[in-house]
Amino acid sequence: MHELSIAASIVESVSEAAAAYPGARVKEVRLRVGALASVVEDALRFCWELATEETPLRGAALAIETLPVILHCEDCGAESAIETVQSFRCPRCGALAADLRQGREMEIASIELEEPEPSAAAPAST
Amino acid sequence: MTTRIVELRRGILKKNDELAAGLRARFQAAGVLVLNLVSSPGTGKTAFLERTLRELRAQGKRAAALVGDLETDNDARRLAASGAPVRQINTHGICHLDAEMIAKHLDGWEGLSLDALDMLFIENVGNLVCPSSYDLGERIRVALLSVTEGEDKPLKYPGLFNSADAAVITKIDIAEPCGFDRELALKNIREIRPGMRVFETSAKTGAGMEAWLAYLAEQRRG
Ligand SMILES: Nc1nc2c(ncn2[C@@H]2O[C@H](COP(=O)(O)OP(=O)(O)OP(=O)(O)O)[C@@H](O)[C@H]2O)c(=O)[nH]1
Ligand SMILES: [Mg+2]
Ligand SMILES: [Zn+2]
Repeated sequence: MHELSIAASIVESVSEAAAAYPGARVKEVRLRVGALASVVEDALRFCWELATEETPLRGAALAIETLPVILHCEDCGAESAIETVQSFRCPRCGALAADLRQGREMEIASIELEEPEPSAAAPAST
Repeated sequence: MTTRIVELRRGILKKNDELAAGLRARFQAAGVLVLNLVSSPGTGKTAFLERTLRELRAQGKRAAALVGDLETDNDARRLAASGAPVRQINTHGICHLDAEMIAKHLDGWEGLSLDALDMLFIENVGNLVCPSSYDLGERIRVALLSVTEGEDKPLKYPGLFNSADAAVITKIDIAEPCGFDRELALKNIREIRPGMRVFETSAKTGAGMEAWLAYLAEQRRG
């Protein structure tokens, strides 16, 4: 189970990014995870709670957007999403397609912060 | 209270990916072909590597191995019997190798010079899920599958099989008593990773090793 290492990496990155906004609380962390990324959503949620428990991120929600696999077909040129990851065939013409254009992502897209009041100066971004 | 959205767009495993990219550049500069072997526990990674190391040695090639294991050094001892330099990575319960472990064990490896190697094999921890997310800087990822574990492994673990560059079907000496459906296994591999090279081998009899060694030689040149 590598979801605990993944959760720990997220905590690290998010804490780093949130540090630029003193006084802010992280309300939500939004992830983009490809269907082929080998991440089990339930396990990640469970590990997220464990990993944030003793940190300022405690209570932050985790929003996970799953990205379908998108294949580029050499035969017909189509670029399309496939519904399952049991068969890597072009949905348009049925040819086997090895050229993956999306589906392995594991990314922190954004974080939602709650701030006491509008900060006057824009903090330095990292 | 106000709400602010901060765009991050940062890879969750960015640190590992950056370390792996550094390793890859290092391997390339040293001219060493690096392979990462991934499979379920017990598929036969160590047996396959033992045989590979022995045969490479007989050909005069210089190969070394790093082997990941949860707790023991049994695999490292088996591999070292081939005469090749071998180093154990004990992960202490972590279910996969990562780029940092590779970097650390390369740096502390006394007497080993990457420049003096033709090939470096990395035996990952037996696990078909977690290793697929961790780039180790390898040039070739090899997914192994034995005739005893079901022809549908590639369908159950597409994340790994789709990320592999080559597949090895192991233990073909016992394919028949196991009722192994070769055509079905090949079809399933093809459905998940069209065009992938597949080798059918036995570490026991040596069957299929010739094609595998020819592939290694070809990749080393290419
Ligand atoms: N008949 C037969 N048995 C094999 C072959 N290769 C491996 N085995 C047996 O399968 C068992 C597991 O082999 P290992 O090489 O230890 O497998 P592994 O993938 O390294 O296992 P872990 O490192 O624990 O994940 C051993 O009992 C081997 O003797 C083969 O080609 N033919
Ligand atoms: Mg082993
Ligand atoms: Zn098509």
